Amino acid sequence: MRKGLSWFNVTSITLGFAFLYIPIILLVIYSFNASRMVTVWAGFSTHWYVQLFQNQQLLDAAWVTLRVAFLTATVATVLGTLAAIALTRYGRFFGRTLFSGMVYAPLVMPEVITGLSLLLLFVAIDIDRGFWTITLAHITFTLCFVSVVVQSRLVTFDRSLEEAALDLGCPPFKTFFVVTLPIILPAVISGWMLAFTLSLDDLVIASFTTGPGATTLPMRIYSQVRLGVTPEINAACTILIGIVTVVVIVASIMTKRQEIEREKAERLAAAG
Amino acid sequence: MASKASGRWLVLAIPYLWLLALFLIPFLIVFKISLSQDAIAQPPYFPTFDLAEGWTTFKEAFSELSFENYGYVLSWDNEFIEAYGSSLWIAGVSTLLLLLVGYPIAYGMARAPKSIRPTLLMLVILPFWTSFLIRVYAWIGILSPEGLLNQLLFALGIVDRDSPLQILATDTAVYIGIVYSYLPFMILPLYSALEKMDETLLEAAADLGCPPLIAFWKITWPLSLPGVFAGCLLCFIPAVGEFVIPDLLGGSDTLMIGKVLWTEFSVNRSWTVSSAVAVLLLMVLVIPIVFYQNIQAREVEGR
Repeated sequence: MRKGLSWFNVTSITLGFAFLYIPIILLVIYSFNASRMVTVWAGFSTHWYVQLFQNQQLLDAAWVTLRVAFLTATVATVLGTLAAIALTRYGRFFGRTLFSGMVYAPLVMPEVITGLSLLLLFVAIDIDRGFWTITLAHITFTLCFVSVVVQSRLVTFDRSLEEAALDLGCPPFKTFFVVTLPIILPAVISGWMLAFTLSLDDLVIASFTTGPGATTLPMRIYSQVRLGVTPEINAACTILIGIVTVVVIVASIMTKRQEIEREKAERLAAAG
Repeated sequence: MASKASGRWLVLAIPYLWLLALFLIPFLIVFKISLSQDAIAQPPYFPTFDLAEGWTTFKEAFSELSFENYGYVLSWDNEFIEAYGSSLWIAGVSTLLLLLVGYPIAYGMARAPKSIRPTLLMLVILPFWTSFLIRVYAWIGILSPEGLLNQLLFALGIVDRDSPLQILATDTAVYIGIVYSYLPFMILPLYSALEKMDETLLEAAADLGCPPLIAFWKITWPLSLPGVFAGCLLCFIPAVGEFVIPDLLGGSDTLMIGKVLWTEFSVNRSWTVSSAVAVLLLMVLVIPIVFYQNIQAREVEGR
């Protein structure tokens, strides 16, 4: 019986992962196709990559997207971490239900609604839409994800370390930077990365909150994709996939190493 | 001590004020516009609140409220009701398919040797980090009439070259797209529920002569229900408001409320009606969330 089960498990994992990865792999392969058609394989070529780097519109869009994502991730990480601290440490305070509702709601809010409501706000206060409005919108919806990630680390955190520092006369502000932050740092970093990729990826909210002069990469890709499959986009997508894969692998190796270091330090401390 | 209190206050106030200004107030504006008439809310729209006048403005604003847009959206003879219905249907069917596809994968992962579980988990999360738009786009190349799937079927002689399978621009393509894009959201909660499970329960059942399938149904399935509910909710809610997948993979007759809202807003330029559509969509979604929270609360009490 044991054997039959594991055969079933192997099959389901294999099929599942094939389903997840085959479309992405095909996309990468066809970005090196010499022909414009998906149907014909006309030999290996880097033609579309050359073409891509001559497409000024796409490059401009990529630059806007990276700047938005960087700013978004940084501000959202600060705000999300503050929100996480308030929610895990403050117990009851006035308006707590409203606050936690606002922190969690964007996680399940359909993007069209978030986008529409922010656009109507920007119109109501009459500010020029473009780079800054996209960034404000992105910070707002990503800070919730950061907060959830950081909270999961804060709840498993040994508070006696902080209390010891405070008892020994360390000011609260310094305690945060010397004791708390290093311990929650892995969660803060993964929160930053999550916010960064969510911002890179967002199409709907950016389309609602943008104005003339600020087109993000997903918006550019989207408008080209609607006109039909173009191998140039395959090349752009392959580069993005490559970057993300490298970043995720490096990050996971780093967090793994950090975990090991921390365990070692803890063991040493326990032994000493 | 004073500085400690003010530090505490700041930590809370900064994100609080941010969310009030950029989450709650925008939503109140949507609500307000949804209750306005088109004539006053035609773009560019400016709120008519003048706080200096105090109460009278509130009263005036209140008298201007109109439920016309809701009446319009909810009347039987237009596409909105149909769009809500078909969104719920497509999201429901997709969620069911996701459960059918995701459960065996999550199960296999949870029963895999401990040493390779982190790698498997990482492989599930990795596609989630690559762009959503790219993953949907990849399916266009596969599903189109001259796409890779049809090429494969031609080569195998299953389908005739003159009558390729028409999958792109149908609801089937939308289901495939949603299942593909949301699969990690289904697998992860299922995996964490199944991984926590005590395997000695299954061994005990086997020792007592229970066949594996019945053991699954009586033990594993009920114990995985929290993961099932969490996964279904995580997939169902964004699927209802989905806009990109039906637009890229679906046909002209694929009707989903996210797309309708977008069209109403950007093509017909009716801000009042699209606001009303948004408010109603949110109300439709609040129901499963409340339902889920009730289940969770009951579970906590049960423990």
